[in-house]
Amino acid sequence: MYSKKVMDYFMNPRNMGEIEDASGVGTVGNAKCGDIMRMYLNVSEKGIIEDVKFKTFGCGAAIATSSMATELVVGKTVQEALKVTNKAVAEALDGLPANKVHCSLLAEEAINAALWDYAEKNNMNIEGLKPPKEDVHEEYLEEE
Amino acid sequence: MEEKIIYFDNAATTKIHDAVIEEMIDIYKNEYGNPSSVYDFGNRVKTIIEESRKSLATNLGVDPKEIFFTSGATEANNWAILGTARKYKNKGKHIITSTIEHHAVLHSAKQLEKEGFDVTYVPVTEDGILDFEEFKKAIRDDTILISIMAVNNEIGTIQPIKKIVEYVKDKDILVHTDAVQLIGKKNVNIIKDLGVDMLSLSGHKIHGPKGIGALYIKKGVIIQNLFFGGGQEKKKRPGTENVAGIVALSKALELTLENIEEKENKILELRDYYIEKVIDKIPFVRLNGSKQKRIPGNANFSFSFIEGESMLLALDMYGICASSGSACTSGSLDPSHVLLGIGLPHAIAHGSLRVSISEYNTKDEIDYLLEVLPGIIDKLRKMSPLYEDFIKNKGVN
Repeated sequence: MYSKKVMDYFMNPRNMGEIEDASGVGTVGNAKCGDIMRMYLNVSEKGIIEDVKFKTFGCGAAIATSSMATELVVGKTVQEALKVTNKAVAEALDGLPANKVHCSLLAEEAINAALWDYAEKNNMNIEGLKPPKEDVHEEYLEEE
Repeated sequence: MEEKIIYFDNAATTKIHDAVIEEMIDIYKNEYGNPSSVYDFGNRVKTIIEESRKSLATNLGVDPKEIFFTSGATEANNWAILGTARKYKNKGKHIITSTIEHHAVLHSAKQLEKEGFDVTYVPVTEDGILDFEEFKKAIRDDTILISIMAVNNEIGTIQPIKKIVEYVKDKDILVHTDAVQLIGKKNVNIIKDLGVDMLSLSGHKIHGPKGIGALYIKKGVIIQNLFFGGGQEKKKRPGTENVAGIVALSKALELTLENIEEKENKILELRDYYIEKVIDKIPFVRLNGSKQKRIPGNANFSFSFIEGESMLLALDMYGICASSGSACTSGSLDPSHVLLGIGLPHAIAHGSLRVSISEYNTKDEIDYLLEVLPGIIDKLRKMSPLYEDFIKNKGVN
């Protein structure tokens, strides 16, 4: 069902953990649907994402996509990170089963939510950054 | 990591007894005649079928004429429910079932709603047992059928079938039970222990093959056919007989019931040992379903703060097969209707793990599971934002 890469990121997740006093923290998803992702990130004064950590309650794909998302945004500028799409996360994992695509959407949304928190804390207006959605799953269900 | 398969998903399907496979091979190789043919090579296969029917019926305490072979329990459930409703639709249009039935029953009931029937889904208690007071209230003058499972497949709870039958015995209502998770687990005499009008059973849950099952229909009970065709199964279930399957089903039940009390005790001992050790070794767990009114092989725990599919994947890395009621394993966004039916919050229902034990499991296998499970739970909890919140006393969603 899952690619080898998904299983690898599930069994050996990169960047799992917390960051104390992080520049931004975002939590998305809900327990009702069975997945919650939390992203912590530290942004340098020059606007580079220096450190990213995640915590996820969810299935194998949810854990793997959140871990992969952290790898895709670390070292990037905030602007670059905003361009990391769910598609890029899924591709980096050699694909996801059709019923797990929403996990990658959630990972994208988690990064966005953490950046939103960072922007709010610093009173910044970041171009292209949108407020976190209330419930990613609702959008997913509508798409179906 | 491990080559060996440790199979703890016996409520999903079971290992076929070797002797059953041998009988099937013999039928496929040597008895491929059509039982409806006139010549001896075909006709003698009919005798084989009737011998199997007799053996199966004897092991269930009923008359062979009351056993009808089907493609499995899904068909048997569909037949019993749709066949009864369509036959008696002029008498009444109300059907009673429960909220924790298998989808083969629930979706048959949904179909009948589309055909204009009224269905009451009786809730269960926190323990996963039919709420009998609610059940009593559900009965109406136009009720024609009650279909309640004998044992729940997810949480193993034993339902009060005999009590239901007794309660409606003076009423003109047929009682059906999906007994897939009961037959082969205990010695059951359908007439004395249950007294139902119809009962569904399946081959692959009792160490037989997939694709074979049966519907017991009590003498005198008439329901409409589901399929139309030839005159097989006393003109009630057409289609050339699945001879190897029929022989295998009968043999599987015979072998599974051999020394059943001994097997039951062994399975119960392993199950209770597992339950005790899990509660002892792992914090924040909940046993789902009644501890007492429970079939011996079933243990269903919810592990707080984590999700079921991730547990299954991690166990799979150790060659351990189990199952979960999480949304990700049900293919929808909602966790199991059974776990929601006993009142679990979504987050707890998502974190369920069902271990179902058979006569082939050993204490060494349970010990191996107990060796790896706490580490898996711990690792997943350390990844979980829900656990983080709980530890920081922010409360849990």
